[in-house]
Amino acid sequence: MNDISAKVLKGDQRSIARLITLTENGSPLAVNGLREIHPYTGKAYVIGITGVMGSGKSTLIYELTREYRRQGLKVGIIAIDPTSPFSGGALLGDRIRMMDLATDNGVFIRSMGTRGMLGGLASAVYDVVEILDASGKDIILVETVGVGQAEVDIIKIADTTLVVLVPGLGDSIQTIKAGIMEIADIYIVNKADRSGVEQAVAELESLIEIACTGKDRKTPVLTTIAKENKGIVELIKEIEKHKIYLKKTKIFDVKRRKRYEAELVEIIRKRLMDFIFDESTFKGKVESLIDQISKKQVDPYTAADEILGKILK
Amino acid sequence: MDQKIRVLVAKPGLDGHDRGAKIVARALRDAGMEVVYTGLHQTAEMIVETAIQEDVNVIGLSLLSGAHMTLFIDVTKLLKEKGLNDVLVIGGGIIPEEDIAKLKKIGVSGVFGPGTHCEDIVKFIHKNVKK
Repeated sequence: MNDISAKVLKGDQRSIARLITLTENGSPLAVNGLREIHPYTGKAYVIGITGVMGSGKSTLIYELTREYRRQGLKVGIIAIDPTSPFSGGALLGDRIRMMDLATDNGVFIRSMGTRGMLGGLASAVYDVVEILDASGKDIILVETVGVGQAEVDIIKIADTTLVVLVPGLGDSIQTIKAGIMEIADIYIVNKADRSGVEQAVAELESLIEIACTGKDRKTPVLTTIAKENKGIVELIKEIEKHKIYLKKTKIFDVKRRKRYEAELVEIIRKRLMDFIFDESTFKGKVESLIDQISKKQVDPYTAADEILGKILK
Repeated sequence: MDQKIRVLVAKPGLDGHDRGAKIVARALRDAGMEVVYTGLHQTAEMIVETAIQEDVNVIGLSLLSGAHMTLFIDVTKLLKEKGLNDVLVIGGGIIPEEDIAKLKKIGVSGVFGPGTHCEDIVKFIHKNVKK
């Protein structure tokens, strides 16, 4: 076994960080490490936290982590922020609300840019979950980018998905019932010290009543005031109840299988794209086809066939 | 391979002025870097531990309180102790001319005062960062 893999398994912070960087950069060195740690994964429970911008996701994660630490559990946090499609850079600011955790050796926090992935996650996030899992974390919290409606990929990775809302969204809850309103295992109305909480909870509950007909589990709605640590213990109990439900109904195994499916698809997608768009593969073929499409000498579908035809012989 | 430069922008100590740090953070993002911003009132331990977990190539320290000779040194000392010798450390804020040479000696490779152009910081990082 590689030195770095062995150290990751021992929970060494620097080795975990290094392997994540290699993975994010698509380094061949990372693949060996990821191969070696895979047999040691699957123990951590993965909680996804998604919701609209400014709903308090980071603060909620901070409070959840402190509570899990009180219970003696080790926590990994993956905080994802959008990469600029223009510059390729990213401003990763989720840590601001979690800095008190920086020096706790039982917590590992990593900020990630989406690096071109849509859906609210980063391309390497599956691998980072595996790395944190192998490093001995009991709980992994994944914070998606602040979402609108379509960023629902978190359910491919999380065992329990929390959707965080705030009072005052009002009727808009009704209008956003597609997308993120379909993926919650637990709803949280955070900032419950603001006015309009009862209304928000009532609207959510009426929405759930329509949606959950015939289901054996009703999606719970909780209220929290994360910055005052209110409702956090109750939230953890609710997550635990969901975990028990998943195990009892075997949905847990289905979810885990789906995660590996998504991970496999992502690895293939990334490798295929890298291969096609690697300059050495077709030596300017892609560029020249784009030129031809612009000049109407070829249509985009014929151009795509030409590239794919070379691979799918 | 898609190697991005990762930068930690941190404000050590008791100093509430973060406009400059935010402007620099944004400029570095616009230059294609991944910038982790810590917010205010960081201890040296928090900064170094964050640098480890985020595996950054660069640490940018911003300070306008006058305590740079203490706080910058705390950070560079701790970095050495932890064996993070390949991280480029730069500083900014209100730093008197006579302190700049001293700071360079203790491992703050570049010091950028008021009036600095953001692109000069970007250039400096590209030239000096260890990948």
